Amino acid sequence: MARRGLTLAEKILSAKVGRDVRAGEIVISPVDLAYVQDGTGPLTFRQMEKMGIARAVDPKRAVVFIDHAAPPPRKELAQDHVYLREFAARTGMVLHDIGDGVCHQVAFERYVRPWDVVVGADSHTVMGGAMGAFATGMGSTDVGVAIGLGKTWLRVPESLKFVVSGELPRGVMSKDLILRVLGDIRSDGAAYMSMEWGGTGIECMPMHERMTLSNMAVEGGGKCGPIPSDDETRRYLISHGRESEWKPVAPDPDAVYAKTFEYDASTLEPVVATPGSEDNVVPVTDPSLRDVPIHQVYVGACTNGRFEDIAAFAKAVRGETRAKNTRVIVTPASKEAYVLTIKSGLLETLLEFGAMINSPGCAACPGVHGGIPGDGENVLSTQNRNYKGRMGNPNAFVYLGSPLTAAATALYGVITDPRTVV
Amino acid sequence: MGRAWKFGDNISTDLISAGRYYHLRSNLPELAKHTLEDARPEFAANVRPGDFVVGGRNFGKGSSREHAPIVIKMCGARGVLAKSFARIFYRNAVNSGLPAIVCDVDGIDDGDELEVDFGRGIVLDLTKGRQLAFAPLPAIMEAIMVEGGLAEYIVKHGDLVIGP
Repeated sequence: MARRGLTLAEKILSAKVGRDVRAGEIVISPVDLAYVQDGTGPLTFRQMEKMGIARAVDPKRAVVFIDHAAPPPRKELAQDHVYLREFAARTGMVLHDIGDGVCHQVAFERYVRPWDVVVGADSHTVMGGAMGAFATGMGSTDVGVAIGLGKTWLRVPESLKFVVSGELPRGVMSKDLILRVLGDIRSDGAAYMSMEWGGTGIECMPMHERMTLSNMAVEGGGKCGPIPSDDETRRYLISHGRESEWKPVAPDPDAVYAKTFEYDASTLEPVVATPGSEDNVVPVTDPSLRDVPIHQVYVGACTNGRFEDIAAFAKAVRGETRAKNTRVIVTPASKEAYVLTIKSGLLETLLEFGAMINSPGCAACPGVHGGIPGDGENVLSTQNRNYKGRMGNPNAFVYLGSPLTAAATALYGVITDPRTVV
Repeated sequence: MGRAWKFGDNISTDLISAGRYYHLRSNLPELAKHTLEDARPEFAANVRPGDFVVGGRNFGKGSSREHAPIVIKMCGARGVLAKSFARIFYRNAVNSGLPAIVCDVDGIDDGDELEVDFGRGIVLDLTKGRQLAFAPLPAIMEAIMVEGGLAEYIVKHGDLVIGP
């Protein structure tokens, strides 16, 4: 029988393991980058001490991010941070302290490379897939083993292929594409599988938009969300002073997929996910949204807290004032995003619009601090999850949308079609 | 033998261990008092040792917090039964030594008396007089489960090893 081609996930894992491996096989793979954050890291490190492997095999590629409670709003969290810093100093692990930004964003800017196997103790580690890496989230103990032994076990995933053609029209962002996909496949439609992206619509898509697609692979239940490494990947790495780290990676043309989905980006419209689940997807023009007052608009998170996201929001509201009863909170995903916002002059635009700015980090998205909504309040957020209790209050309601939908909503105080303002 | 605590589809890790208790993650006994609070507020105070959590589809979807299976186990639950599990929760459950059993839970009602025969791969619903079969874990997960979790496995073996 002829050798059949490899999917992106199979290809990267095969290169790492040193032989062709196929969906369904269980392998032990070397790990190129392992990281934890302040909500999962303390347990990781306690487990590493228990296992007798309180060390980093490759300390330059083992990273601690203090991002979820940055700066700490409570003494218990401050104590967790004390432990993380002490462990990092003891083992030589790289530390990104408060103010540096969300782990996945900073990892992408500085550490994730094409062909890497990346494991992070945070589910949105899958965002690294946009670099042409096999990046997946795991629990604390698994990542402790990856840091301490330099390896992990993996079941090579089957792959779903999402072939995108066309360009996103005015007012529509890749957030609308991934929400549309999640509405179609539902929140376990890619369970245990790789959500692989390709097609001319991906080739012409800038990196910051690709990152949103990979970021939400886990919202479909996916193990990873890889995208080929191409000229755009190279451009991104050059812009970050990392040109030598670029390598192309693409699936074989005769790779076998569990299922292929085709989307024409040019026909997409802005959508939101209504409270409770990321797969409750409706068009922004849905009549059910018309009478829902939005008390808070949140622009941030690893999903959509990049400079380009903040800039899209700011340019859409420039010279305007926010709706009277709608608070606006912007949280840059990283220090880089924050600095670029300042340099572009858009920070002033945001402040004059009536927004407040958090320091870089996760802030309100996981419900720790930085914008927890009140009982009965509605939030439109650019983040990735809207489960009950997600933003810290089980009696609040979270809608998910793009930065442009956030802008239109902040202008009018109800969920508004961004095509009317850009 | 224990009682079934029935939950619906898509029980997220936020429902199992909410973000507003983030500051309790290094204080697991306190965190465990809030287990599944936003799904069934009475659960943590009333669950008895040996009881089972019974979910539907995609149990444990969402974040990577290993605290989710840990607090379920700390409450005394003997295991979680569901039609399917989200992958990170499933892996974390095994790593925490909490049995996560994939089976057809439709016939199980809240409060049913359940027993699990791990050797034969059978869930017994004593209330209904029914037996539900479940498949064995992949070898590496079974090996981790046998030791009581991944940390215990590494302490014993010193390394990750595939196969028998």
